[in-house]
Amino acid sequence: MDGNDVPPPRADPADIGTAPIIEVHDLRMRYGTKDVLTGMHFTVRRGEVVALLGPNGAGKSTTIEILEGFRKRSAGRVEVLGVDPDHGDEAWRARLGIVLQSWRDHGRWRVRQLLAHFGRYYRPYGTPDRPRPFDVDDLIAMVGLTEQGGSRIGALSGGQRRRLDVAIGLVGRPDLLFLDEPTTGFDPEARQDFHHVVQRLTAADDMTVLLTTHDLHEAEKLADRILILAGGVVVADGSPAQLATRVSSKAEVRYSIDGRPEVRSVDDATAYVRELFERHGRAVGNLEIRRANLEDVYLTMVRNAVTGQGTGVPRELSGAKS
Amino acid sequence: MIGGAVGKGAVTLRAGLDRAWIEFRQTATSVVELVSWLWIPLAALLIMYFVGDAPVPGTGVTLGAQAIPGILGMNVVFTALLGLAMALTADREDGTLLRAKATPHGMSAYLVGKVLSKAGMTVATVVILLIPTTFLFDGLQVDRVSSWVDLVLVLLLGLVATLPIGAVLGSLFSNVQTLGFITLFLMALVAVSGVFYPITALPGWLQLVGQMFPVYWLGLGLRSALLPDDLALAEIGGTWRGWEVVGVLGLWAVVGFMLAPVVLRRMARRESGSAVAARREQLMQRAA
Repeated sequence: MDGNDVPPPRADPADIGTAPIIEVHDLRMRYGTKDVLTGMHFTVRRGEVVALLGPNGAGKSTTIEILEGFRKRSAGRVEVLGVDPDHGDEAWRARLGIVLQSWRDHGRWRVRQLLAHFGRYYRPYGTPDRPRPFDVDDLIAMVGLTEQGGSRIGALSGGQRRRLDVAIGLVGRPDLLFLDEPTTGFDPEARQDFHHVVQRLTAADDMTVLLTTHDLHEAEKLADRILILAGGVVVADGSPAQLATRVSSKAEVRYSIDGRPEVRSVDDATAYVRELFERHGRAVGNLEIRRANLEDVYLTMVRNAVTGQGTGVPRELSGAKS
Repeated sequence: MIGGAVGKGAVTLRAGLDRAWIEFRQTATSVVELVSWLWIPLAALLIMYFVGDAPVPGTGVTLGAQAIPGILGMNVVFTALLGLAMALTADREDGTLLRAKATPHGMSAYLVGKVLSKAGMTVATVVILLIPTTFLFDGLQVDRVSSWVDLVLVLLLGLVATLPIGAVLGSLFSNVQTLGFITLFLMALVAVSGVFYPITALPGWLQLVGQMFPVYWLGLGLRSALLPDDLALAEIGGTWRGWEVVGVLGLWAVVGFMLAPVVLRRMARRESGSAVAARREQLMQRAA
């Protein structure tokens, strides 16, 4: 519709997966003398669910806070929904959903009351193809809180509160949803529960999601694409399946020669072992061949990043960006 | 979008009013909360009731009745200024403000809501305190219209003078514990502001200190509204000093309104998920 200043650039369904929703170019962040982000590049396209995976302290939260417009970056170019987050106005903010980790805020409000209240803010930003806000009862049903609609928020269980957080993030029917460490402190059951809620939501609406996590399984489960963050840069970028195949083409060969242990990561284990026997014959012992999985590589990388061995990027994963 | 700006401004205001009304009801219908706000002035009134029987020499007004406006003034400063400061600090600590920041127009609506609900609470507590006192104390001039007009005017001026300062303090202090110093400071201020003890009986320099802050002037303004005019003789200069009341409270309002937007903006800018997480961590450690 002409004359409307809020329309998201989402005309054609064929755009899905092509139109960039987030563009990050050479993003740098420095706190005092400490460089947290040292030149990040990535793009998130419309309709994608992307996980930013990395160990604690890798800069995931910093990145997401920069994208949310909550933190000023040191350098680099960032666009979220076509706008620099440092200069995002209220109309821009109305298109974002942010799932915050609640603690005890609004403890005396009722579930439905709070959602209806936050829904108000989005009313001027609705468009014919994207009515805002979400209908409160639909939303409550979607996150499975129908029975708690009239409950005091302070009386909800941890898991219920988390669903409410998601509902608040969604109440404006966002084009882009941010989830920062959504399941920290969850027990396994609550975590699975939460994953189901997110999967249901992202399947239903035309919504792009960026989530951060330090849990590989969570990233695999929720995301179409995983960005692994280490040493302040994105060191790997691909779907869980892509990353796994890329990695599993390498194998780890452990053996000893005259009792001295050796470890090698090789492309062709068979050829390597053949050559090994040709060269050392009976001196070879304790032979073991193992295909590395994504978790092995990820864990090695995390370990290296923690002990400060460069960026800790395993060779298998560099060049993942194509 | 034609009319968009108007529509959005209206949304901010309406959301703010919605928040104010919800939070006002939460406080006003909670006995625990009401008691927590009212016990200090109630205790003060009770003491005045029992010890303030003697009349002010030469008038039909008891010493107790003379102290009531000062107690009401003190109550305004505690409920409005301290109440808003504590609310802002607590809401920053628990993430309420971050939620507001994540919402379009959220910060301004949050402030509208908070300020109005605290103003409403202040007026409500004054009314709650005033009703029994008119029966218990002799000499309060509650049967003349001018008393009520003056009361409303002084109260409004008092709110305008104290709420922005509360917002500034609430933004500057990052946790509820450090705000305890403000409470102590206010208590000390009450002692030199002629609330329980006539300011004229204090040494000259303490009189000056008391007259620099709103507690004294609110008390004076309320005394001029509620007490017979011949009691003005007991005040500094022997008059109600109406213009000075307006002047000093007005000055505090101007200072507050100049500082508050700057400080609030700075505070809002610094709010982020990791800031809230860090404060939560700190609080957990203190609790452990």
